[in-house]
Amino acid sequence: MKQKTILDVKQLQTYFYLEADRVAKAVDDITFSIHPGETVALVGESGSGKSMAALSIMQLIRKPGRIKQGSIRLEGKELLQLTNRQMAQIRGKDIAMIFQEPMTALNPVYTIGNQIGEILRKHQGLNRQQAKQEAINLLQTVGIPRATEIIHEHPHQLSGGMRQRVMIAMAIACKPKLLIADEPTTALDVTIQAQILDLLMQLKEQFHMSLLLITHDLGVVSEYADRVIVMYGGQMVEEAAVKELLQNPKHPYTDGLLASLPNMEEHAERLGTIRGTVPPAYAYPAGCRFSTRCPAVMDICHVKAPSLKQLTPEHQVRCHLYANGGDLS
Amino acid sequence: MYAYTIRRVLIFIPMLIMLSIIVFGLAKAAPGDPFTGKILDPTVDPEVFEQQREALGLNDPIPVQYARWASAMATGDFGTSMYYKGKSVQSLIQERALNTIYLGLFSLAITILVAIPIGMYSARNPYSLLDYSATTFGFMGLAIPNFFFGLVAIYLLSIKLGWFPAQGTISGTEIGGWEEWKSRLHHMVLPGITLGLAGTASYMRYMRSEMLDVLKSDYIRTARAKGMGERNILYKQALRNAIIPIITLMGFEFGALLSGAIITEQVFNYPGIGTLFINSIMNRDYPVIMAITLLLGVAILIGNLLADIFYSLVDPRIRYD
Repeated sequence: MKQKTILDVKQLQTYFYLEADRVAKAVDDITFSIHPGETVALVGESGSGKSMAALSIMQLIRKPGRIKQGSIRLEGKELLQLTNRQMAQIRGKDIAMIFQEPMTALNPVYTIGNQIGEILRKHQGLNRQQAKQEAINLLQTVGIPRATEIIHEHPHQLSGGMRQRVMIAMAIACKPKLLIADEPTTALDVTIQAQILDLLMQLKEQFHMSLLLITHDLGVVSEYADRVIVMYGGQMVEEAAVKELLQNPKHPYTDGLLASLPNMEEHAERLGTIRGTVPPAYAYPAGCRFSTRCPAVMDICHVKAPSLKQLTPEHQVRCHLYANGGDLS
Repeated sequence: MYAYTIRRVLIFIPMLIMLSIIVFGLAKAAPGDPFTGKILDPTVDPEVFEQQREALGLNDPIPVQYARWASAMATGDFGTSMYYKGKSVQSLIQERALNTIYLGLFSLAITILVAIPIGMYSARNPYSLLDYSATTFGFMGLAIPNFFFGLVAIYLLSIKLGWFPAQGTISGTEIGGWEEWKSRLHHMVLPGITLGLAGTASYMRYMRSEMLDVLKSDYIRTARAKGMGERNILYKQALRNAIIPIITLMGFEFGALLSGAIITEQVFNYPGIGTLFINSIMNRDYPVIMAITLLLGVAILIGNLLADIFYSLVDPRIRYD
């Protein structure tokens, strides 16, 4: 089954060269695709490498980080071979990104209209007047009332939810093919979170975008994603369609993430936790990177790193439990 | 904004009254008056000096003397110099003030034009050769005392190489028009650099660290994610944010330049407020000392007010109302 894809990431490695002998493998050999109109969720704890994967796609990795190798193709076009200047033509136009912290993501000294307008002038060659009009339209599209006044205001005059709407307006300004949303609602009030996510979904339909949704919230995943990639220690540990993953999780880490969700029906006394913390990216344990925290750890896990196994055409997992492709759990 | 400015100016009044009391008190607390410490003509009867003191009001109770001086100052009468017989303090200051203002502005211009571009470059290319050189220069600039740097500059650039004049404001032959200005600028080069040295060094460091901070911030990442070019990111997105704290410091710089000028002008024998101030201290010419000290106070207050006003122009989060 060969489908048309928007984004193809192959064997991407993003390393941070901290000191001469210390290398943080923030993203270590990930491969995935995103199809037109699809919502793919990238899930994992803090430090699992999901944000770094997204920033790698945008080529916004800061020193001492570097994309060591791999391939990132947008509609078949290799992005890693582009110059800085060529990549700047792609950013904001074909791939747009919104960030976790709307409070700090907007430039405090320029007006909203200026910040939305400059992307339109840059990528669509609009003049000031046209850009201003289009900025008003965009603000109305993302559901901001008083758009004609808001364009003259500065970020500090807006609430967090409003600022995130402004970020979304900037992201959709050039109707990108792919929108990357890095924890877009984590910093917002719970009541605003659903509004923002619903807005993202509605815009995704309206502008025929694909969405790469980065989150640690499996509740969000179950509601909005089509397909899920679970990341741990810079690697993909499981990938499946959302329903399959939620009902039939294979990797002990995915299990642990699901167990930590509150469940309306079961009234558990305590929510499940995964013991320990994510190891730093420069000091992964030998063998499987999850072995130090895994409840189902075996001897082989400390010795040999498991590889990604295809269980069904739409479900793959990185765990020795499924070494023979069978289901042992 | 206007209301704020007016309020700030009104606050100046009690501050100035306090300052005048301190200045006057210090002047009176210092021992001696214009008649002491001089080799006086022994044929003159000491009684005559006493009469002079009486005539100048130096024997009145101190509050009376203060009230007399302060009310005169308030009406713009700065009094007469005790050393330059019969010359008004106002005319003495007026003769010198412009020279000091030119020197201060020239030095400030050097500071801004050198410190900000180099600071930005250092932040863009940290740990590059130029960054290390700038850092070295920065610490040297902060560590070397003004007067010493001035003396070395005179020795090397003026006496040995003869590139710049060592003292004065103009050579005296070129009066009027363009030639005079060229001569003035030429004379200001060494004192201007000397005066601005420490400021340049520290602003360069501030600019570098501010810029490094700003370039790491989320909104710069947003700008990159929007596909904005490097030039836009540096000069539009980052510069205006990085310059905000620098503006606050500039307000203090205003006063620092004037007090720094006292030493620098002395080294270069530059006829400004600074040399007048030192000479007045040597001559115990209290009316001049007090007037200049008070003027420095006013200059510092105005400098801070200007900084606050500029601050609100650059940073929309600051609104005074």
